[in-house]
Amino acid sequence: MAAAKNLEIKVEYVTRVEGHGNIVANVKNGRIEKCEFHVVESPRLFEGMLRGRSIFEAQHITSRICGICSCGHTLSSIQAAEDALGVEPTAQTVKLRKLLLDYEMLDSHLLHVYLLAAPDALGVPSFVPLIGTHNAVVRRALRMKKAVNDVCDILAGRHVHPITAIVGGFTKLPRQADLDAQIRILESMAGDMEETLALAKTLKFPEFERETEYVALVSGDGEYPLLSGDIGSTDGKRFKKKDYRKATNEFVDPRSSAKFTRLSRESFFVGALARFNLNSAKLHPKAKAAAKELGLKAPCHNPYLNTAAQVVEVVHCYHHALELLKEMRREGLDYAQQVTVGANEKGAVPVRAGKGVGAVEVPRGILYHEYETDKAGLIRNANCIIPTNQNINNIEHDFAKLLPEILHMPKDEIRLRLEMLVRAYDPCISCSAHYLDVEFVER
Amino acid sequence: MKKETKAAVPAKPKVAFFDLACCEGCQLQVANLGEALLDILGAIDVVEFREVMSEKWDKDYDIAIVEGSITDAHAEERIKKIRARSKILIAYGSCATIGGVNGMKNGFELDEIRRYVYGKDYKFFDSAPTRPVHQVVKVDYFVHGCPIYPPELIEVLKCALRGIPYTVPASPVCAECKLNENVCMYERGISCLGPWTKAGCNSWCVNNGNICYGCRGEVKNPALAAGADVIARYGLKAELVKNKFEMYNKCKEGDADGRR
Repeated sequence: MAAAKNLEIKVEYVTRVEGHGNIVANVKNGRIEKCEFHVVESPRLFEGMLRGRSIFEAQHITSRICGICSCGHTLSSIQAAEDALGVEPTAQTVKLRKLLLDYEMLDSHLLHVYLLAAPDALGVPSFVPLIGTHNAVVRRALRMKKAVNDVCDILAGRHVHPITAIVGGFTKLPRQADLDAQIRILESMAGDMEETLALAKTLKFPEFERETEYVALVSGDGEYPLLSGDIGSTDGKRFKKKDYRKATNEFVDPRSSAKFTRLSRESFFVGALARFNLNSAKLHPKAKAAAKELGLKAPCHNPYLNTAAQVVEVVHCYHHALELLKEMRREGLDYAQQVTVGANEKGAVPVRAGKGVGAVEVPRGILYHEYETDKAGLIRNANCIIPTNQNINNIEHDFAKLLPEILHMPKDEIRLRLEMLVRAYDPCISCSAHYLDVEFVER
Repeated sequence: MKKETKAAVPAKPKVAFFDLACCEGCQLQVANLGEALLDILGAIDVVEFREVMSEKWDKDYDIAIVEGSITDAHAEERIKKIRARSKILIAYGSCATIGGVNGMKNGFELDEIRRYVYGKDYKFFDSAPTRPVHQVVKVDYFVHGCPIYPPELIEVLKCALRGIPYTVPASPVCAECKLNENVCMYERGISCLGPWTKAGCNSWCVNNGNICYGCRGEVKNPALAAGADVIARYGLKAELVKNKFEMYNKCKEGDADGRR
């Protein structure tokens, strides 16, 4: 039956993803003519706009690339700026940044698991019908999201476009009472964390396998690498972050005006599942136990299970954050390390001509920022490579394998499976709308 | 907006959320309201919200809540259609209300910046000078800020649901900053855009040790003499203050009468 099938699917503006993307699939007489994922976000030209701005403004501006990953952009931007300026963050600052990144993972993953992905598994078009049928689940989701938002408010002023994290450190350091408040809020989530895992166990994910290359930060120490590390892949590749262009290899595909990325084979995967496949041995013991309960084992080649890997990371980041907070509570903070953004600009941090790269694991994969400054500390060139952009090529290769396998299904089911696949990657399209690489031209 | 406020909308108004060119952070601020969101959802009927819903609505909207700037022909067409279907239109977030960071693009020659980001194929990606929503269609309510300050959005929603006007504070951020007992950034030797920026955010950034970046737009009736005094007293360069201001306020040049 499938052999002679004709099918035309066009999903304009895939819903329950961040940003605007379309799916186009054409099948003629059972032969797939086209199955593509198009980014249709309006370009905002961030890299271009950064030129001429102070390197100390880069964090504030690039945070605005994406509301959901604004803490991730902040951390990658600061890392690139500090690299360009030759600033070495203190151990205390690194600890606080790791905490901020844990909060970013928790917030983003919870949003995706509960509000964007779970409705598919429960067979409804959004969380809104769930208010009636699964009221306790919706309340829990919103309660957890609010809790993470609240701890992030205490640490960084707010979660969407954090205020306190800048080059050199933090403009406001949490007092002991602020640390206690964060601990209290996180500990009050313990029951909801258990319930989240229980819910995740009931979610049904489609069966589908395609082995690909998985790329994530890797490190020599025992910590699950998120804030720093080298770039590594399951095909055995290793790069220093300054060589990130060798790991992303953008290329033009004649079928599309978009640029794609690849490394050792036709495409690669970044994000929770890639991190899990490379670094699962370093997860917090509670997260390892969660993976076991969910039946998730590395290596896992089912992209739909990226959502399950996110649940495992939720458990990891929750416990990691609590441990960091308790350590800081025990050891106390050095408040002399508080910094001021304006003081940076007035010479507290010396500027120089230089280049720097930031490579940080954000919820959807490795986020690269690169800046080049002139001797006055103004940005001459900027480049950001976004995880979703790295995944688009992999999504399309998944499509190519998946579509023939599901072609016997009704059209609505095919369409849903394709949409669910896109959603499993948790794409962040507003981020990737300026995804084309630029070459740094020497003037 | 004040002169032409519509009559109160029906009991369960149909509300839709839309996003143009932006980071979608303001709609996340809505999601971040937590369980309070359910109270709001009890008073309204959300019929479209692409980021979190697959449902679509083909009739008119009582209230359209729009985030993001107009940066291409497609967005212009889209916002005109949304306006035509909406009784009340709320622009929320700096990108929608003043152009925000998207406006910095307007400081460059358009083809040059497009080529810089997209290379030789830049023409595949349509791009026009950035405009805030009110420069394309009529806006009934403004919720400024990058991101929006959630308590203000709730105030505006209450006003819109009752059909009464909302007045954006006319005082500068300094008024709130003083009440929050922050040490003035100028007294710390650091320049800050608080004196020129509309209040309403509860001096969010300064409370957290940072400066004001002007994300809520310039006060309607700035105290020019006092501003000049600040610039002279602290030895600032006027052009540097202007440069700082353009991070969010470049699109102001497109306001014929300077009114927002």
